[in-house]
Amino acid sequence: MPALAPSHRPGQEVPVRPGEPGADAAERNRALDALTGPKTGVLGHLARDSSQRRRPLRSVTTFGLLAAAMVVAMAASLFFGSNPVPAQTVVQALLDPATDTQAIVWGSRVPRTVLGLLVGAALGLAGTVMQGQTGNPLADPGLFGVSAGASLAVVLGVYVVGVNSMGLTLALSLLGAVVASVVVFGVAALGRDLASPVPLAIAGTAVTALLGAVTSFLVLNDAETLEAYRIWVVGSLSGRTLADVGPVLVLLGIGLVCALANARSLNNLALGTELARGLGESLTRARLVGLGAITFLTAGAVALAGPIGFIGLTAPHAARALVGGDHHRLLPASALVGAGTLIFCDVVGRLIGGQAEVAVGVVLATLGGAAFVVIVRRAKLAAL
Amino acid sequence: VITAPTRSAAVPSRTGPVREGIAIGPLSLPWRGRLVAVSLAIVLAAAVVFTAGIAAGSANLTVLDVLRTLGGAGTKASEFIVYELRLPRAAAGAAVGLCLGLAGALTQTFSRNPLATPDILGVTSGASAGAVMAIVLGGGGYSVGASLLGFGIPVVATVGGLAAAAVVYGLAWKGGVDSYRIVLIGIGVTASLGGLTSYLVARAQLTQATAATQWLVGSLSGVSWASVWPMLVALAVVAPVALAQSTRLEISQLGDEVSVALGVPLQRHRLVVIAAAVLLTAAAVSAAGPVEFVAFVAPQLARRLCGTARPPLLGSALAGAVLVLAADVVARTAFTGEVPVGILTAIIGAPYLIWLLIHRPGGTL
Repeated sequence: MPALAPSHRPGQEVPVRPGEPGADAAERNRALDALTGPKTGVLGHLARDSSQRRRPLRSVTTFGLLAAAMVVAMAASLFFGSNPVPAQTVVQALLDPATDTQAIVWGSRVPRTVLGLLVGAALGLAGTVMQGQTGNPLADPGLFGVSAGASLAVVLGVYVVGVNSMGLTLALSLLGAVVASVVVFGVAALGRDLASPVPLAIAGTAVTALLGAVTSFLVLNDAETLEAYRIWVVGSLSGRTLADVGPVLVLLGIGLVCALANARSLNNLALGTELARGLGESLTRARLVGLGAITFLTAGAVALAGPIGFIGLTAPHAARALVGGDHHRLLPASALVGAGTLIFCDVVGRLIGGQAEVAVGVVLATLGGAAFVVIVRRAKLAAL
Repeated sequence: VITAPTRSAAVPSRTGPVREGIAIGPLSLPWRGRLVAVSLAIVLAAAVVFTAGIAAGSANLTVLDVLRTLGGAGTKASEFIVYELRLPRAAAGAAVGLCLGLAGALTQTFSRNPLATPDILGVTSGASAGAVMAIVLGGGGYSVGASLLGFGIPVVATVGGLAAAAVVYGLAWKGGVDSYRIVLIGIGVTASLGGLTSYLVARAQLTQATAATQWLVGSLSGVSWASVWPMLVALAVVAPVALAQSTRLEISQLGDEVSVALGVPLQRHRLVVIAAAVLLTAAAVSAAGPVEFVAFVAPQLARRLCGTARPPLLGSALAGAVLVLAADVVARTAFTGEVPVGILTAIIGAPYLIWLLIHRPGGTL
């Protein structure tokens, strides 16, 4: 080892000679890296990348466990609820919808599970794209004003014309979301500084706060609007049918494609905008695709379940602690973490509240917050 | 023969213009004309809105009346209105703005993150959880909470805020506090406490839920001299300590390794900055509830106005004071019902920040 050490740089691969004592390449590289200094900046990124490529098995195991956890959560969501139904009856009803006489399984539990899957995965993905685009650990999918715009549009709908149908609410929240994110992007672009992520984040926060303030102002002035808004804003998976999901599926699909197409750009952006440009990245295109992903995914999720917070902010961090910073892995992992967590918290909310369920947002924040602290404390942090 | 390099020899090698400095004994500071000019302008603006805030209200006083009364030559009626009703409120507004503005600048600078506000240190959510617990559990008069309410909501809120911040700091400690880790831990703790708060509000009886919601919105309507003094004491004690960290904050922008190499005692410096931000925020929140947005926007406005690389501490505090005072004047005069000051800080502050973003782009933090 001493013979190699002088020329070794952090992140550099060292060839393994079979039979050499303790020739575990990964371990030795790590030891050498520890000797030659911390991995920061570009070298750190490349090093992380290459060391992960050599451990496909671990990655597969992680994904397997994540998927298994999500399936368990989905099963729990089908079998447990505030109305106790025997497991046998549930299975029967699932196989043959005609036997589902009380409409508990197909009327409530299946839609909730599907909704939880879609919304959780969408928010997890959107959060990852948002954090990658802004390079900011505090960024959540609502940062570009998407949730705030949707809320304002819904409130305006109720305030001005008294909208109360699910379909119209959905359309309004989508419209509000798109307008708000275009405004945020426009403000950053007018500042001629699209390349740097900081103005985007600040413009987003400012627009979000402004929209939120206008919403609060309207809500405070009108009791009827307050009533409608109060129910919508908590965020819930209950009271939706599978028919509501259909049109949103298209949106989520577009968002998903944009997010996956953005993975490579996000990896480049993680190196800093200068280097990303040097690597041939078109920053405008990368930002537009990312913005599309964030807007469509968040707008779809908000339209379906109301502005559910926390998932989009924390699922990416948890996923990053599990699979590292490469977005090709991070994006699917965040989707799995987001969906699993949301469904699980929904089940907990159904069970602890008795007949009056505890809203999923409340459970999510309380339990999720504590779990997140544990993850962050244990994990070796892969910085953004 | 070796000669020491003279000043005239050193100067031509520099590329930019030589920056003027001020040297008083061992102290030397760079002279930043624009920073001083803008700061003075903000002080002037604060004085104007402060006076306007005292003058505005249902019993009409002119600005001249106010100045005369403050000078000690007012009538008995105007003295009562000014000293007992309007001045405490204006002073509270200014103090809340100063506290939150300074705390925001400290947090954004030490974490090197423009989105970080003192809220992520757990102090606001802890204070909210404490206050709501006191209102909801203490309202009945028969439970454990009854003794909580006996202390008064501001005390409970302060204790809750400081305790939550201590928990965040403790959980983030892993052989030292890393600014990235403390932000993430803060997110988790804040979310948990927020969940607890909304659960309490949802399960409370209607009158208590209403009282809790009103507190959570943040307002200056309930303030008196008794709520102003703690903030002024906090400012008098903490602000000098925070301002003394200015140079170290500047150095710490270069990264942890560089700071340590340049002799910054990183952990102690970080603890001082965090403690200062937490104390200031706790003082403001326990007096007026969680007034939103000020801690985020005041440093960003001040930085753009002063043209500095990071939020100027004094400028941010002053910008916060102007913002809260202006929002309070509008809240009291422009609408028939009382609009919470937190809503108006966003309605006034956000468009101005957007305008500045478009016209003064650039800068990293």
